[in-house]
Amino acid sequence: MAKKAHVTLTVNGDEYEALVDPGQTLVDALRNELQLTGTKEGCSTGDCGACSIRLDGELVCSCLVLAIEADGRRIDTIEGMANGETLHPLQRNFLELNGLQCGICTPGILIAAKALLERNPDPTETEVRYWLAGNLCRCTGYDKVIRSVLAAAAEMRRA
Amino acid sequence: MASILEKSGFNPDKKLKIVGTNPVKHDGPDKVTGRAKFGADLMLPGMLFGKVLRSPHPHANIRSIDTSAAEKVPGVRAVVTRADFPELPFGTGPGDLSRNIMAREKALYDGHAVAAVAATSEAIAKKALKLIKVDYEVLPHVIDVRDAMKAGAPVLHPTLRTKGVEGAADKQTNVVERLVLAVGDIDKGFAEADVVIERTFDSQPMHQGYIEPQGCVANWTDDGQVDLWCTTQGTHVFRDRLGEILKMESAKIRVTQSEMGGGFGGKTGFYAEPLAVVLSKKARRPVKIVLTRSEVFRGTGPVSGTHYRVKMGCTKDGRITAADAELLFQTGAFTGSMYFNAPQAMFTRYALKNIRTVSYEVVSNRPKVNSFRAPCVPQIVFGVEQIINELAEKIGIDPIDIRLKNAMKQGDTTIYGQTFGPIGFVETLEASKKCDHYRSPVPKGQGRGVAAGFWFNRGGDTTGSLTVTPDGSVTLMLGTSDVAGSRLSISMMAAEELGVPLDKVRAILADTSSIGNNRVTAGSRTTFSSGMVIIDSARKVIKELCRRAAIIWKVPEDGVVFEDGFCKPASSNVGEFAPLSIAEIAAKTSVSHGAISGHSEMNVTGEGPGFGLHIVDVEVDKETGRVDIKRYTVIEDAGKAIHPLQVEGQYQGGAIQGVGWALNEEYVYGADGRLQNPGFLDYRMPVASDVPMVDTVIVEVPNPNHPYGLRGVGEVPVVPTMAAIANAIHAAAGIWPDSLPMSPPKVLDWIEAAQKR
Amino acid sequence: MVDINYAAPDTLDKAVALLARTGGAKVFAGGTDVIVQLHADLIEPELLVDIKNIPEVRSIAAEKGGFRVGAAMPAMKILDHKAFATAWPGVIEGVALIGSVQVKGRATIGGNLCNASPAADSVPALIAAGAVCTIVGPNGRREAPVETIVTGPGKTSLAKGEIIASFFFPARAPHSGDCYLRLTPRTEMDIAVVGVGVSLTLDGSGTCTAARVALGAVAPTPLLVAAAGAALVGTKVDAAALAKMAAAASAACRPISDKRGTKEYRIKTAAVIARRTAEKALERARAN
Repeated sequence: MAKKAHVTLTVNGDEYEALVDPGQTLVDALRNELQLTGTKEGCSTGDCGACSIRLDGELVCSCLVLAIEADGRRIDTIEGMANGETLHPLQRNFLELNGLQCGICTPGILIAAKALLERNPDPTETEVRYWLAGNLCRCTGYDKVIRSVLAAAAEMRRA
Repeated sequence: MASILEKSGFNPDKKLKIVGTNPVKHDGPDKVTGRAKFGADLMLPGMLFGKVLRSPHPHANIRSIDTSAAEKVPGVRAVVTRADFPELPFGTGPGDLSRNIMAREKALYDGHAVAAVAATSEAIAKKALKLIKVDYEVLPHVIDVRDAMKAGAPVLHPTLRTKGVEGAADKQTNVVERLVLAVGDIDKGFAEADVVIERTFDSQPMHQGYIEPQGCVANWTDDGQVDLWCTTQGTHVFRDRLGEILKMESAKIRVTQSEMGGGFGGKTGFYAEPLAVVLSKKARRPVKIVLTRSEVFRGTGPVSGTHYRVKMGCTKDGRITAADAELLFQTGAFTGSMYFNAPQAMFTRYALKNIRTVSYEVVSNRPKVNSFRAPCVPQIVFGVEQIINELAEKIGIDPIDIRLKNAMKQGDTTIYGQTFGPIGFVETLEASKKCDHYRSPVPKGQGRGVAAGFWFNRGGDTTGSLTVTPDGSVTLMLGTSDVAGSRLSISMMAAEELGVPLDKVRAILADTSSIGNNRVTAGSRTTFSSGMVIIDSARKVIKELCRRAAIIWKVPEDGVVFEDGFCKPASSNVGEFAPLSIAEIAAKTSVSHGAISGHSEMNVTGEGPGFGLHIVDVEVDKETGRVDIKRYTVIEDAGKAIHPLQVEGQYQGGAIQGVGWALNEEYVYGADGRLQNPGFLDYRMPVASDVPMVDTVIVEVPNPNHPYGLRGVGEVPVVPTMAAIANAIHAAAGIWPDSLPMSPPKVLDWIEAAQKR
Repeated sequence: MVDINYAAPDTLDKAVALLARTGGAKVFAGGTDVIVQLHADLIEPELLVDIKNIPEVRSIAAEKGGFRVGAAMPAMKILDHKAFATAWPGVIEGVALIGSVQVKGRATIGGNLCNASPAADSVPALIAAGAVCTIVGPNGRREAPVETIVTGPGKTSLAKGEIIASFFFPARAPHSGDCYLRLTPRTEMDIAVVGVGVSLTLDGSGTCTAARVALGAVAPTPLLVAAAGAALVGTKVDAAALAKMAAAASAACRPISDKRGTKEYRIKTAAVIARRTAEKALERARAN
């Protein structure tokens, strides 16, 4: 068996060290080595988006990144989205507008939506829908997801 | 036990403070911060990782399984096969269940589990799987139901005999049952008809498509008890079935539910959970198994695919005189499709005097099917509601008017013998005609379709309890699962009953050892049934609060009344006392007289049937067959929307699942009997950019059997979807679709065939 | 998937040396195909050579009036490059369809090509654009047109140890336009049933002077259909020319029936998508 590699990952500003198999995915390392289980794994093939994270700011599926590649890099996950007790406007709008039902896709959608609003603070409904096309949700039919993102964007523009 | 209804019944004039509002769900904050624990999120000290070996063959005798090489891999702590499960007779519930979770004599579908390994890491477990040698004798297989019914078809279960057919006792077969359900005289009915339409249809199995794969952690203790943590729609059912297949007492099994990342019926049955339990027994360590997406598609149950024929006739003025149907249902490798729902529900919403249905449930080499929203009904309604539109078109009346003309009303009796109380189908149809979508013109180049649907809604075996803490706040224990916010809706009803702010109420989803039995969370029963037992518990608590106030005031019990969260003297004759809050009574008496709590165990009845209508506008690309959903409205009777945003969410989510079923979702098998598309790339569920917003109209015709009037709302929203889209495609492109999914190649073929005619 | 090693060299020479030396070595760029194949046990490489630390494959720059795009540039970075996007909107359309935003944050056009799927979305657009690969290997550098790379499903013409370093997109003549359209059941997150890239150039009078038409998902490899391009050259790209082009596109199809579409359906719709793609490319050429 190949030797495990030592990696240093900066997750939500905190430094973690871990030993990982060279073939081990980042989502696996986040969940099983770092015990940060907020990032969900729904398909392992990049088709559902539940494992969405930011890698050096780039929105990616953590099931399509090797943990070893992330050595020394900055990772942002759902656990770092709120500022202490203050929820991010996206998080709050999802709660208030019922933008989640079961909640399994929610971390990935929130991470993806935040990346969108940083690029485009005033997206149209269509832009939100296409940006989130990589995040499957089976409960909501997307209506309240999209409304929650649009409402958060409007609120953030006013702030 | 209808005690609560007799005591207080439904009061339409009651002013509600909490029911009908849209508070944030209590489990929500942890779900937006990533702290909520789902099936795969539990880690235990010493935990091992389990992986499952699955048959690559759709049909094969298993001659032998050699696990010796796998067992020798360092880090492997247990390997289990069929030999580790008690042998139970085929054709019984436990016998079939046991064979489905672990193949015994035969592997019956591509993906059927044949062995499992627990090791110190997933990588080691995967490596060990490759070392297990299974000696298969590959047999001819059969995927399609019609093929499976032919003489000479490969037989899955040599001892299976068809129920409901005379003289079947000595014949090998794949037909599990033939079921006839009929009323009136269809020959007479069709003779009265001016227009008769008969068509055949088929549909593909559709997967529930929950985003969270099954995940569990099992721990077999040295005392011989089982602790099972898992994502499930039915902790008690998992416990009892586990007891049956492992031949152990239920009391030794504790099932704890995680948060559930979607179920839609698919998590009413278990798969890898018993494997984790038996691995844990052997390894004497906790074992976690999380299915991969591919395993979810290959190994867990979709909903039945079908072939069927429907014939209906009506008079010139739109009265439907007769309906006739013959229905074939795939059930996968084992019985359990709940196909009997279809003949009961397919025409129910129309007051028909003459109906005849003949239904068959058939096994083939596919994964055993499982429940999905309104099991086995939407795919049949796909045909029925198209024929109704075609009848309306033939006689030249509005499609909603023909439905109004035949709509069931209070006092009508169904084909399965239920006489309806107050129901809201007529009100739903009238609201549909009035809604903005139906009144606005169809945009150029598009087509509009409507279709209606019905679901029984369910009640059943339910337990709950409610406790007032010494500070006056309130805890609830629920034994059902929370699929999309029932914890909150039930907490809202408890707060309303007790007159306390919602923030003083918190509910937990209790494990099986903490609370009495509960049927699975299915059939749109949970907010209704768990709500009923919690309201009943709250009313018991109120009675006790009054008794305690009487003790404090030293007055007779009947001298105390409870209003808006306070015990008050029933009249000035009782005496002058300042009202006592729940908190005050709890503080004064919890220690001296014991905790104030109520519990309730009922087989809940009185569920209110649900009806809905969908309106959809589509655009059809006539050169490629692609269908775009442009506008969608769901109109449905909720009885009473406890939390309107959550009710809307059910309507919208159900409709969009139906869009997937309508347009693209299907199982593709190769000639080798292997599933070709076991992943989200090629099993095409709708993505956000595929669909529009879904408008909703919540109709409220109260169910008088429930204190707040509610009906279940979970299943109806998927029932009419595919038919509504088919009718819209007809309007846009002049074709009558007869097959699900209505994928681009099929739509293009239908268009070209129509052009040739 | 268990016994693999990983290396991330910082020069192409080192990468080539590793690839040439190790038996089961595989180039690893965006990883969006490789990781999936790894975990499905479809490939079992001994060594993954991550090329993302090599500056040359991670840049995009103007060159000789055209552009040089590093083979391991993530798709999102290409989409965000305004000058390139203005020059090659059709290439951008292909790159934009490689996958979700998340996938495009990692996926590269070098990987999209070398994964050698007949349905890769960026490839027909690259072929139509006349893009040329710069390939580095044990025997030095060479250049090859994109259409020569894929030789069959999962197979390329690259020799052992060779890496595609970059793609060169030539300078654009006036009145040129390109487009990529594909047919999929869903709007996104799908594999093309048919994909068509068209690039064409008009003269001052609106007559087509050059046209390249490439098809994806209709044969074992992406196809450059010379006859389809020729059908447009010398015409005003009117309905008759478009019909002739579409017929040529259809005639070039050698598809299979699979879970993503039947043979007949692919052949039929290839003509439709080819016509629509050419119409859009024409509109762009006229506007330039």
